Amino acid sequence: MRLSLARREALWAFAFLLIPLVFFLFIRIWPAFQALWLSLYEWNADPAKRTYVGLEHYRQMLDDKLLRKALLNTLCYTLIGVPLQMVLGLAVALLLNVVERWRDFFRAVYFAPYITPAVAVAWVFSWMLSANFGIVNEILRLLGLPAQPFLQSPRQALLTVTVVVVWQNLGFQAVLFLAGLQNIPREYYEAARIDGADSWALFRHITLPLLNPVIVFSAVIGTIGFLQLFTQVVNLNFTDQGGPLSSTLTLALYIYQQAFGRFELGYAAAITVLLFMIILLITLVQLRLLSRRVEY
Amino acid sequence: MKRWPTILAYTVLAVGGLLMVFPFLWMLLTSLKPFQEIFDLKLIPQNVTLDNYRQVILETQFPRWFFNSLVVAVITTLSVLFFDALAGYTLAKLRFPGKGLIFVLILSTLMVPTEMLIIPWYVMSVKNGWVNTYWGLLFPGLMSAFGVFLLRQFFQTLPNDLLDAGRIDGLNEFGVFWRVAFPLVRPALAALGIFTFLGNWNAFLWPLVIVQTADMRTLPVGVALFSGEAGTAWNLIMAASSLAVLPVLLAFLFFQRQIIEGVVLTGVKG
Repeated sequence: MRLSLARREALWAFAFLLIPLVFFLFIRIWPAFQALWLSLYEWNADPAKRTYVGLEHYRQMLDDKLLRKALLNTLCYTLIGVPLQMVLGLAVALLLNVVERWRDFFRAVYFAPYITPAVAVAWVFSWMLSANFGIVNEILRLLGLPAQPFLQSPRQALLTVTVVVVWQNLGFQAVLFLAGLQNIPREYYEAARIDGADSWALFRHITLPLLNPVIVFSAVIGTIGFLQLFTQVVNLNFTDQGGPLSSTLTLALYIYQQAFGRFELGYAAAITVLLFMIILLITLVQLRLLSRRVEY
Repeated sequence: MKRWPTILAYTVLAVGGLLMVFPFLWMLLTSLKPFQEIFDLKLIPQNVTLDNYRQVILETQFPRWFFNSLVVAVITTLSVLFFDALAGYTLAKLRFPGKGLIFVLILSTLMVPTEMLIIPWYVMSVKNGWVNTYWGLLFPGLMSAFGVFLLRQFFQTLPNDLLDAGRIDGLNEFGVFWRVAFPLVRPALAALGIFTFLGNWNAFLWPLVIVQTADMRTLPVGVALFSGEAGTAWNLIMAASSLAVLPVLLAFLFFQRQIIEGVVLTGVKG
């Protein structure tokens, strides 16, 4: 029997997609629903003893002070970290766009931290920022400034972690913005200069609007990154408790504590559902807000 | 007129660059100091020693962690490149019922945060005996929805005539994919491959969850838990960190162009 061409093509297609489909269905899609399902149960290693508790875990979240702390911290990380790394990234990109010799060298220098293991970065910084033996405090002392507790202080730890993460992400943002800048045709600037625009006007009316798609991408990627912050927090503070006094605890770390420290897998699953909703909501809002067409 | 802004730009970039390089330098220099010297905070070691490296390599399971990371990163990268390309090619170039639905299905998984999947993955691993095994470390990373999306974009740009020429020459559909289309999207494959490798090499959360014994740790988990145990032995911790960072920085030197292009590809052109 000879198959029609269209049918042969479809058979090949399904043969090619067989393994990828099995993967995406069973490793990515099914577990997402399973997390929803798990969030309705009280976890027990023995499947027969898992009891259905309905929305109890979601109600439990309302009274959970530590969860509220983790949420608030995560919000702080995101609200400080994302704008900071975008502004600095754009600044570095603008500078890289000016220099021509050495551009590749500088770009590499700024980008290198982004690809290094976050664990190693965290340990180096926790050594440099150590209150008594850290080089950073030694430098402050040389400048005649008072020593700071940094990671030991509940008031400074969150900001310190944010700065370390921004340090690591900066090069990624800069490379993105630089590529965006180089996509802008030079003629636009020349035309505007002839019309008498100053540098600020050029930046405000040409660079920023034309950079909009890159800004949206970098904001979304940055926000999702900060909402899932985990590795640096764990390794900068020596513990998986989000110390000092939970001041650096993030949502992802709290999920980890609940799931693998206390084996409250049902409750932890409920919090992951919350995280999913937050990420979904913020992504949608950001895409809407930032991709508005700019008039110019 | 134009000179001063340029000089200013170089100066600011150089000062900023110093801030980017300094932690690496400090790590490397500390790793070369004997324990007695590390607290007097001199930049240059008085007595340079490789003893920290000797201790880390010979007295911890560091070589094993390195090997584990290599296994995980290499296998996931090969798997992602092959299967993502296969799926991307099929979704870009073949006609079949349900194509749109399958594409949306794969793409929708991008919205789900890893944290949400980790708990079911763990439950699944306990049930099937995957905890503390290579398969357990590997399976979540074997394919990537983002890679499918990226490669599909690239396969779409290939002219159909080229693929038809392959078919007329007697290649079957897999031959057309493997011998004609696959080699033509090499730039995208290179970028995706490098990022998959680095992502898996640096991964922390899932390996931390699935590994139970010291010999199954990957490099980041090994360094993290070793550092926790080593306490104040900062010379050893910095040697271990240097050894974890060095291969990545070397790879970066070699593949710099592809890595930078990869970022641009995903953010600006993708």
